[in-house]
Amino acid sequence: MIGVAAFAVTLLAFRRDYRVLENYKYLFGLGAVGLLFMPLLPGIGQTVNGARLWVHAGPFQIQPGELGKVALIVFLAAYLREKREVLAQGRVKDWGPLLVIWGGAMLVLFVTDDLGSALLYYGIFLAMLYAATARLSFVVVALGLFLAGSAAVYQGTPHVRERVTNWLDPWTTHKVFCPLSGTMTLRQDCTSYQEVQSLYSIAHGGYGGTGLGSGTFTNTQGHQIIPYLNTDFIYSALAQELGLAGASALLLIYMVFVLRGFRVSLLAGDGFSKLLAAGLTFGFALQTFIIVGGILRVIPLTGITLPFVSYGGSSIVSNFLLLAGLMLVSHRANVEVEGR
Amino acid sequence: MNRQLSRLALVAVVLLVALVAATTYWQAWAAGGLQDRQDNAVELVAQFQVARGLILADNGRPLAADRRVRRNGQTLYFRRYPQKGLAAQVVGYSTSARTQTGLEESLNDYLTGANTNLSNAIRRELAQLGGATVHGNNLVLTLDPAAQALALQQLGDRCGAVVAMNPRTGAVYVMASTPTYDPNLIDKPGGYAKILKIRGGCGDGSALLNNATAGLFTPGSTFKMVTAAAALDSGAFTPDSVFHDPGYCIEYGKKVSNAGNPDQKGPEAFGRVTLAQGFEHSINSVFCNVGKKIGAATILEYAKKFGFYSTPPLETPANERAPSGLYYNGKLEYPKHPDTAVDPGRLAFGQEHLAVTPLQMLLVASTIANGGVVPRPYLVQRIVGPDGSTVHTTRPDNLGRAIKASTAADLTQMMISVVQAGTGTAAQIPGVQVAGKTGTAETAVNHVYTAWFVCFAPADDPTVAVAVVLEKQLNGFGGAVAAPIAKLVLEKLLHG
Repeated sequence: MIGVAAFAVTLLAFRRDYRVLENYKYLFGLGAVGLLFMPLLPGIGQTVNGARLWVHAGPFQIQPGELGKVALIVFLAAYLREKREVLAQGRVKDWGPLLVIWGGAMLVLFVTDDLGSALLYYGIFLAMLYAATARLSFVVVALGLFLAGSAAVYQGTPHVRERVTNWLDPWTTHKVFCPLSGTMTLRQDCTSYQEVQSLYSIAHGGYGGTGLGSGTFTNTQGHQIIPYLNTDFIYSALAQELGLAGASALLLIYMVFVLRGFRVSLLAGDGFSKLLAAGLTFGFALQTFIIVGGILRVIPLTGITLPFVSYGGSSIVSNFLLLAGLMLVSHRANVEVEGR
Repeated sequence: MNRQLSRLALVAVVLLVALVAATTYWQAWAAGGLQDRQDNAVELVAQFQVARGLILADNGRPLAADRRVRRNGQTLYFRRYPQKGLAAQVVGYSTSARTQTGLEESLNDYLTGANTNLSNAIRRELAQLGGATVHGNNLVLTLDPAAQALALQQLGDRCGAVVAMNPRTGAVYVMASTPTYDPNLIDKPGGYAKILKIRGGCGDGSALLNNATAGLFTPGSTFKMVTAAAALDSGAFTPDSVFHDPGYCIEYGKKVSNAGNPDQKGPEAFGRVTLAQGFEHSINSVFCNVGKKIGAATILEYAKKFGFYSTPPLETPANERAPSGLYYNGKLEYPKHPDTAVDPGRLAFGQEHLAVTPLQMLLVASTIANGGVVPRPYLVQRIVGPDGSTVHTTRPDNLGRAIKASTAADLTQMMISVVQAGTGTAAQIPGVQVAGKTGTAETAVNHVYTAWFVCFAPADDPTVAVAVVLEKQLNGFGGAVAAPIAKLVLEKLLHG
């Protein structure tokens, strides 16, 4: 509901010309950084499932990073549109912004232990940088820097190390030390329990699924088998109830959405619109890949939400903002094409 | 900028395609392996959401059924075994911890309706999408519950087994193994430990073991059926071949004595006898000499034709069935040079490292009853779908010819005289001609025997074959201990 309201308000507010946003780009930049770091503030920040991503304000819990993502894309679209020629020349002093963003992403990663969000922001940034400058070497260098930073974080952060271990070897045949209970137990009964049970849930769906509403998610005592099923692990619930047919259909719908998004970006008349649409769309695809890929053991699991499906107010609001942005760009492009 | 944007679009699509591929891997390729894992909490619950098929005796009496429970908004089906220990080792159990044995394990796919028959799969899928409970298929067994109960009652708390089948078709009527256990206990707290403690009268028997198919016993004189078959079928002897029995036979320069007679001191000596008489009175020296003449290799070759050295086919899990043959230090071995490595005399009368299952000895008798062709044993006569349609019907089959029909006829005559005038008179049934063979195998302890009786009836047109074994019987001769049980089971199956 809030999501639809935000969607409507955004459409109404910028129905004439959303490009005024360009003028407030630094405000968006600062806002994005502020939102990203909000959970770290003492008093309102909350640690959920090993990562500081949440802010509680009265009865509400918000994940400000979700809104920060949209703000960051608006900032990058505006900033890169302005500086793309200078950046493309690749003078040393123009590496500044790149290094600042890299540092910021690493900082977010390091202090919030949130590999997924860091990967998402950094990926969006690289995609938009490449789109603006056409310099593949930037991307290669930046990816190298990211890997180096990740390796350092892997060494320094037990939470990240545990995620990687669970990714590579979720099942053990001998007992290993379990930090949750402090005893020796099989890894699938301890740290990788969620990942493993989520795979079991997916496998139970088979080709046709169990049917909507008749999936198996609670044990015989009525307790939930997979914690965070409605947020982080929503895909394993869907894959069980809809089966391979339904899960693939969902991914195909996402693919259609992504292709339409890029089409909007191609048709748009000005650089800001192009970058904005491309950034929003690529972010959408990358976010889907990071969470679903994590569940499917393509990459290490990181708790971020699945666009439009996960249960979670902040995520839904930000995704409707994203949709509103794409529609605005699309509308403008159409008007321009007709006007010519 | 549009070139870069197209490339980015391609990257985004590749990422999503990778997800489709990974989903396909887990739901199609790896699904089976994941479902079988013991720590799978989803399958642990899902198994109770399926109304598992019933396992029924041949008269329709349920051996395994379901208890329907509504709990936390879910309808769950838990297993119960109304007949308790009646056929516990055959039916097996299916627990909430997803451990399974017996037919519950080997035919799990049918019982849960997961058998991959296209129309079944579609029906199951549609039922599931409609929110209906999935019903498994029912198994109709060949077991006769009255005869099974009689066999169990006769075995009592002794270690042993009774197996009976139709020698023409291979349909198994009785498969009783003692000590037995109540499978309902398995899921009760401490129940499994209680079952493991069941000892019966013999000390080391396990109630969970199916003695009929996995229990290995020394065959003793019942193996003379195989030796006699080899002697006659190879043409080396006829039933009228003459032997001189001094009460012993000389092997490697040493005397091997006949079995003692409970009524007199020392071994019996029969003097001048034919092969048929040697069989009738189970004279060891006669068979010792037969063994020396035809050699261990020939005897073992014929044993193989009867099914030794291979696991007999049956619907129960393969690890609950054992092959019969020569066991050295607990391992089945076929000697490379049988004629030098195996003592042919002792092999001929069923000692010498021989270990057999009751099912295998029943197959030997059934083959003789069936004119020399080994029947293929089976326990499941029909598998019926939840809507009453027949999913599968077992057609009687055979495992090939072991001996000539004429040899089988000669052996039948010899087995008839065992019951009429020999060691097996306790199995006589008025008005029915019974053919049988006793066995009294020596154990490590003096005067403690493994008692056997293997028989079939009516001899001229056999419809039932029975094998009885009892372990560790003090002064327990096969003809005195096992034959009466075989007789009662035969009567029950012949007359109802």
